[in-house]
Amino acid sequence: MDYSLVVAIELLREVAGLILIATGLAIVFGMMRVINIAHGEFIMLGGYTVVLTTKQGVNIWIAILILAPLIVGIFGVIVERLIIRHLYGRIIDSLLATWGLSLFLIGFVTVVFGNTVEGVTTPFSAIAIGGYTVSIYTLFLIFAAMAVIASVYLTLRHTKAGLIARATMQNPDMVETLGINSKLVYMATFGIGAAFAGLAGGLLAPISGVVPSMGALLIGKAFITVVTGGTAVVAGTLSASSILGSISQSVTFIFGPVFGDATLLFVALILLRLLPQGITGRIFTRSV
Amino acid sequence: MTRNISRRSMLKGTAAVGAASALPMLPFSAEAAGEIIVGGLHDLSGFIDFAGIPMNQIMLMAIEEINASGGLLGKKVKGVVYDPQSNMSMYSQFATQLALKDKASVVMGGITSASRETIRPILHRFKTLYFYNTLYEGGVCDRNEITLGTTPAQTVEELVPYTMGMWGKKVYTIAADYNYGQITAAWVKRYVEQNGGEVVATDFFPLDVTNFGPTISKIQSAKPDMVMSVLVGGAHLGFYNQWAAAGMKKEIPIASTTFGAGGAEIEIIKPEVANGIVTSYGYYPSIDSPANNAWVAKVKKRYPEKTPFLTELSAFTWDGMMIWADAVRTAGSMDRMKLIEVMESGKTYNLPSGQCSIDPKTHHAIRDVYIADLQDKTFIIKKKFSQVQPADTQSVCDLVKNPNSNKHYEISLK
Repeated sequence: MDYSLVVAIELLREVAGLILIATGLAIVFGMMRVINIAHGEFIMLGGYTVVLTTKQGVNIWIAILILAPLIVGIFGVIVERLIIRHLYGRIIDSLLATWGLSLFLIGFVTVVFGNTVEGVTTPFSAIAIGGYTVSIYTLFLIFAAMAVIASVYLTLRHTKAGLIARATMQNPDMVETLGINSKLVYMATFGIGAAFAGLAGGLLAPISGVVPSMGALLIGKAFITVVTGGTAVVAGTLSASSILGSISQSVTFIFGPVFGDATLLFVALILLRLLPQGITGRIFTRSV
Repeated sequence: MTRNISRRSMLKGTAAVGAASALPMLPFSAEAAGEIIVGGLHDLSGFIDFAGIPMNQIMLMAIEEINASGGLLGKKVKGVVYDPQSNMSMYSQFATQLALKDKASVVMGGITSASRETIRPILHRFKTLYFYNTLYEGGVCDRNEITLGTTPAQTVEELVPYTMGMWGKKVYTIAADYNYGQITAAWVKRYVEQNGGEVVATDFFPLDVTNFGPTISKIQSAKPDMVMSVLVGGAHLGFYNQWAAAGMKKEIPIASTTFGAGGAEIEIIKPEVANGIVTSYGYYPSIDSPANNAWVAKVKKRYPEKTPFLTELSAFTWDGMMIWADAVRTAGSMDRMKLIEVMESGKTYNLPSGQCSIDPKTHHAIRDVYIADLQDKTFIIKKKFSQVQPADTQSVCDLVKNPNSNKHYEISLK
């Protein structure tokens, strides 16, 4: 009984991890149709923000929950102004440009901070579940993922800003005629997507450490989750993360991490064969 | 002021800087100057630069010391350093260059087993003496190579009974999923069983795995008396943080064949997480001997800033330089075979790491091995084992019988 509860928490943790790394990408790719290959490096920058600011004595919660998303969000806005805005509607070009950006960021961070792993101590202690113990930070990650997905849902569904964003993505010309600057909406949306990447990096830094090349390990999983989920940001990320995360983590428990990762890819392959438009291309089609 | 910098002058300036910074890489024709060339091939950038940079610093320091005491055979020693960037094709290119173009008398370097197996056959073919100074899985059988790093039979053989005696007989092994991890995990199993214990499970992890949650739960349900960590590299360091965050530090102790081997781990992982991990290596900076205390002081004096991590890797690079210099002085010649014969003669060297001699059968070091407990970034030495034999390599290799051997044996324990 205790063991199954521990396993269940670990499954949720993996699902939460996928939600965190995929949400920012889902906003940028799902809404704006921009393939941001540098998304993994945005996550990396979030991680470095936390490591460097906590070294300067900043409270770790301020670093993770405020500074990481804020700084990476501002960086995202700058990137949008300098690079991305010239490439709307040109998927292949945006892919190449952001790939270049990704290589630049890896090289830049390596030169400045060195190609070594940096870490911060995981906050919180552990709680006992029967004969087992679980890190409270694991529970916090699950909670954070739920908060992220809920905030995106509430913003898109129930605020004016969300309505404007959705309208702009559907028909920017119509939005312009209603007196709204669609360029600003694009810029803000990209910045928010980047901010979520920064938050994910900040949240992951205490458990996995940060290294300039960490983005490459995450971008694959993030993309598979977003593509499997389809265009709806909330329903897509949530459904794809749940399916892929829980299946791959179950396999990890039984056969080890190599098979877990392989299963994630295999399940994504089957899902995309059956649902080429992603899960939300066929099911939950009316959701956000 | 800034307005005076035109695009053209800027370009010229940066080009000059580029050319200047490329200069040290250009090996000058050494023969004419009558210098003795020592080649250095360590990863100065890339994912194990934290290990390669200290090894290179120590190699250069050894060259300075040899020159300060008058050089060798009346000639100056000169280091030619390349950065193979953890890239195997650059390793083979630079090894060939050192042997043929620079005419190096000896090459120090190679860190991963992959890089060693890239350059070892090249240096063997071109008859250029080679020192490999890194701990590894054992099994190299090549008369042209002097192997100074410890092998599992030297460290695991001592670490397993020592920690089992303290903690108990049920061992859970977690290991990196490549040849070093697989072979070392097999040695752990053998020594645990020889000492009347049981390995309850062995889990392998690819080098990029960062999430150890499922494993930690499995370890909790297996309830071993200790965990043996053979994890490798930056991503795997996440295990120690997650282990402590799950509150397991007080429950189950950890022994490791790898933690702190490169030196960077004890800086990255905070003491509250890393304290109490027990390791076994052939060198610790805390070895309390006159030779080591003097050496540590010398390193700190030479490198007051960016002091290199003092580990097996850097200390054995020093050992390698000293053993080589001694062989040149004793032989009174730069002839490769004469140097090899001196080193094979069973001389005992007194080095910072302790006493060491070269086993003529395997060309591996017979050396002192230590067990230490990590407390607040310092390894506190608990026990010393004198003159431990590289029994694993000895089981497959006999260079006295087969002097032409040129092979890396995968030592199978199954």
